[in-house]
Order: sequence, then C-alpha cells, then structure tokens
Amino acid sequence: MVAWIINISTILLFIYTIIKDKEKAKKAFVKSIIKFLNLLPMMIVIIVLIGLIFGFIPPELIKSYLGSNDNILQVVAAAIFGAITLIPSLVALPLAGSLVEAGASYTPIAAFITTLTMVGFVTLPIELKELGKKLTILRNVFAFIFAIIISLIIGVLM
Amino acid sequence: METQNIKIENKIKNGLIKLAKYLMVIIVILFSLYYFFPTKITAGLDISANYGIEMIAIFPAVIVLMGLADVWIPKSLINKYLGEESGIKGIILSIIMGTLPTGPVYIAFPIAAELLRKKARISNVMIFLGVWASSKIPQVGVEINFLGFKFAMLRLVFTLISLIIIGYLIEYIINEKGKREAEV
Repeated sequence: MVAWIINISTILLFIYTIIKDKEKAKKAFVKSIIKFLNLLPMMIVIIVLIGLIFGFIPPELIKSYLGSNDNILQVVAAAIFGAITLIPSLVALPLAGSLVEAGASYTPIAAFITTLTMVGFVTLPIELKELGKKLTILRNVFAFIFAIIISLIIGVLM
Repeated sequence: METQNIKIENKIKNGLIKLAKYLMVIIVILFSLYYFFPTKITAGLDISANYGIEMIAIFPAVIVLMGLADVWIPKSLINKYLGEESGIKGIILSIIMGTLPTGPVYIAFPIAAELLRKKARISNVMIFLGVWASSKIPQVGVEINFLGFKFAMLRLVFTLISLIIIGYLIEYIINEKGKREAEV
C-alpha cells in the first residue's frame, strides 16, 4: 500500500519534471542513480543479515534479549547502539521490522531507530564545526534522553 | 560540463567497484556457511528474499523522490522562510522545512549555521535540524511499510513533540547563559 503510493507519486512527479524541465529531470535521475549505488551494498548486507538472524538465532534468544521483559538497561543499550551505529536509517528500518517479527519488543526497537536518526554520532565532526561545541552537545544529549523517553511511551502504547 | 560528466562517471564507477567487493565477500561467506549449515542458510535466505523484494519495491522510488525534491526545492527557500517567523508559525515552518525530502543531514548543518548567523531563533533552527534528521516524508513511508502504521505514527508524533521541547530547552539554556555572562 505505502509502496504503491510512493511509487505512483514518484512516477507522476518524474513525468511532470520531464515535461517541465528536461535538465532538472536528468540531474535528479543522475543524483538518484549515484545515491542508489551508494546505498546498494549496505542494502544487500542488511538483506543477508536478516536471513542470518532468522536462520541462526532462535526466536527464544531474541525474545530473551529484546523481548517484552522491558528493562531500562535493555532500552539504554538499544539507544546507545542506535547512536553509534553506521547503518543508513533507510535500510535500518527493514532490519528493525525483521527483529520485531522475530520476537523483539517495540520499546528497544523504537529506542534504536530514534537515536539512529536523532543523535548524530557519525556526523558529530561536521556538527561541531558548523554549530560549535555548546549547541552540538546540548542537542545530542537531549536527543538521547528524549529518545529513551519516547521509546518507553511507545512501549506502553503499542 | 565535460569535467562534470567525468566526475559523475567516476562516482558511478567507484560505486560499482564497491558493490562488486561487497558482493564477493557476501557470496564467499554465504557459501562457506552453506557448507556447514545447509538447512539454516536455505531457510534464512527464503526470508532474505522476501525482505529483498519488499525493499526493492520501495527504495528506488524513495531515492528518486529525494532526488526530485533536491532539484525542485532550492536551499534558498529554506533560508528565506526559516529566518523570520517565530512562535507557533515558526515551529510549524521549521517542521515543514525539515520534513521536505531533501538531502542528508550533513547538508542541513551549514544551513542551520547560516540561519543562526542571521539571528534566526535558536529554537526554530534546532527544531528544523532535528526534524530534518529524523522525520523525512518518504522515510516515514518506509517505516510504515516495515513497522506498521501505529508504530510509525506514534514515533513521529512523539519525536516532533520532543524536538519542539528540546529546541526551547536549548534556547533557554543558551539565552540564560548569555544573560549571566552579560551581567558579569
């Protein structure tokens, strides 16, 4: 359903761009090809990783580490993992989905995705250079704390 | 134009080389694992195939959509609208500008820095930056696809609320510190 909506709106917008401005369409297309190529290796790694998780890790093990016996330590660990991990968030989402399917609880998964996008460990050098020490530290520390609060609320509501 | 084309060709070439290296390593690992655990690998790869198909059904479209947004939405637009407004209108504009499907977060830092130099409100710039990093429109679509509508919406709503609170908290802290330093 969502895939249909995104595909159809992309095709319509692309046709519109070709009609309006061929140069723009070409530029967008080249940009997309390069971006897709850059993302593809990680995508394949994640696809294989999902298979290995299902093939090798028994659901009981996933349940016992990421299951619904939510404790704060588990959530903090997931949040730290999300903050430092290098996976692009676009491909991290299917991985997160597969973990839920394999028996993980929503709380640590929410913590992982939220810090993955809100806390910029990888981009820290650029952020420090552009925004300075004070703003960067405040932003990332608050983002980390709030990510944990968000995931605990989601855990209750899901 | 000529150098531009060469640059693009190089980027594509490097991308393909990287892809080939990844593929080789993965194939070697899979074959050696298959040698020892044939049933586990077959079962796992079935699930991999399902996820692979789902990802192929949505990712190319998302990436082209981002590329299109990149050429249609000039960065100057963001500059123009974010600098001036404050209050509720400022918050809403920051969120809208942040959710636009344009570029990775490292592009947003220089924009944010420039806005701050132009004396835009700290809270608005922080909200804009946070939304840009966490809540892109097509990304939310992908999240709905793989984790369900309820989860994605809950996370989106609470993330936006948190980012607004964080924006105002940071602004308060920075301004208070500024005041204290001014008194001394």
